[in-house]
Amino acid sequence: MIQVHGLTKYYGHHAAIRNIAFNIERGEVIGFLGLNGAGKTTTLKILGCVLLPTSGHVTIDGVDVVQNPHEIRKRIGFLPDAPPLYEEMTVGGYLSFVAQLRGVSASSARDRVLSAEQQMALREVDEEIISSLSHGYRQRLGVAQALVHNPALLILDEPNSGLDPAQIVEMRGLIRNLRGAHTILISSHILSEISQTCDRLLIIQDGEIVAQGTEGELAQKLGGAGFIELEVRAPAQRPVEALKAISGVEDVLVAGERDGVVTIRVRAPAELRPKINRALVAADVDVYRMERVAEKLETIFLKLTHKEAA
Amino acid sequence: MKSVVLIARRELAGYFSTLSGYVIIAVVLAIDALMFNAIGLAGSKRSAEVLNQFFYLSSGMTIAAAVFISMRLLAEERQSGTISLLYSSPVRDGEIVLGKFFSGLAFLAILIALTAFMPALIFVNGKVSFGHIAAGYLGLLLIGSASLGIGTFGSALSKSQIVAVIISGCMVVALLTCWMLAHVTERPLSEVFTAMALHNQHFQPFQAGLIHLRDIVYYLAVTYVALFAATRVLEARRWR
Repeated sequence: MIQVHGLTKYYGHHAAIRNIAFNIERGEVIGFLGLNGAGKTTTLKILGCVLLPTSGHVTIDGVDVVQNPHEIRKRIGFLPDAPPLYEEMTVGGYLSFVAQLRGVSASSARDRVLSAEQQMALREVDEEIISSLSHGYRQRLGVAQALVHNPALLILDEPNSGLDPAQIVEMRGLIRNLRGAHTILISSHILSEISQTCDRLLIIQDGEIVAQGTEGELAQKLGGAGFIELEVRAPAQRPVEALKAISGVEDVLVAGERDGVVTIRVRAPAELRPKINRALVAADVDVYRMERVAEKLETIFLKLTHKEAA
Repeated sequence: MKSVVLIARRELAGYFSTLSGYVIIAVVLAIDALMFNAIGLAGSKRSAEVLNQFFYLSSGMTIAAAVFISMRLLAEERQSGTISLLYSSPVRDGEIVLGKFFSGLAFLAILIALTAFMPALIFVNGKVSFGHIAAGYLGLLLIGSASLGIGTFGSALSKSQIVAVIISGCMVVALLTCWMLAHVTERPLSEVFTAMALHNQHFQPFQAGLIHLRDIVYYLAVTYVALFAATRVLEARRWR
């Protein structure tokens, strides 16, 4: 649905993004992950036809964003980093205005508004003035304005920004309910949000895409799909030596010791677990627990961004 | 065109949903009425002269009001971030500018119409023609339109409403004072400055009850050029 090739954007002499390339298929929910200033918002603004790129090509459904932005704007719903709300309007009036602005006829606008309010749990504030809404409602209204005309593509820039944990859980559920009806590109630096809501991740650092794929694929790319955690009873030296002697083990780390039980983390392929077990038994070490621990997204993200920054 | 009407309608409602619209109307009417009473009605004059004086005084207030009304049009959208909503919607930049401009013009027309009680007093108590009043009001609307266009351009240039009003004010004053330059320059330059002046040559016929096509074309041309420039500024922002 979206093809991006060689996308570059300069602000003066500063390149906000450089030579970005990725594809997004119809119906996918994509997480766009990066630290502040990495280039997420610039990329999303170009996809949302708010900004024009310095060079490169972006096509949405085969339509070029530079050559025919008007056509693309009909197919997208865009939530910028700060929800674009007219404070003096009522929620219903505002959504009706946005729907009609995006091509919904006046007669169908009310139905679309009701549908968007239902999807984002805004029915009870339909008559409220926007300036009186809480932050959580304002964020939800921001998403509602993006989907009120039922676009094929939803571009959401930090929809969870400034929400408390309960509101984040609520927003996560609301966005999850949109899955299937729209292709969704959602940016965030709240990693758990990306992990739980998205099919695939794009990680951007210093204006460049440094990795893309599923959480598992990214872990694999970083040279390991997690580690093996062990709890053993023995002096720490003995199991560590036994483990280091096994071929295929990359690293062994003593994570802690409590009441004579030592916790050890072994970076090695998961299929080495039987071999590890046999080696420890042979070294007269009692194995209490052995578990494969998947690499957490947060760790992957930090590794990717720090590696690129270094 | 539907987008222009939508944007204009929303913006016009915005003037009346906050205090700012009412404050502008109250201040302009109060100053207009005070000046009319103090200057227009002072001494013994013929009714037509009083009406002429009323339109002269009102034109100054209309220009000032237009600059203040227009300062929020685009600057506020940028300041509050709502410009992203318009930019990402299937609306052309020219339609955004036109929608904003027409909302301001409608508000200005309401404001100008509310001054009608003063010419009405002259009409009832004196002897003036309805045509004189109509020509004067057409002139007010046209000079207001040109000032509003310039204000819309100023509002496109900055996201601060204060800066926008200063820029627009400077441009309007520059056009107003062109007649002074005409006095201190030789032909053909003096003729160019005379033709460019926002008020003197072009508004005086209206206040005397005369309608010249040349003056209508001038005000419409200033409005068009200013709105065209505002549209270009919006388009250029997408590249920055």
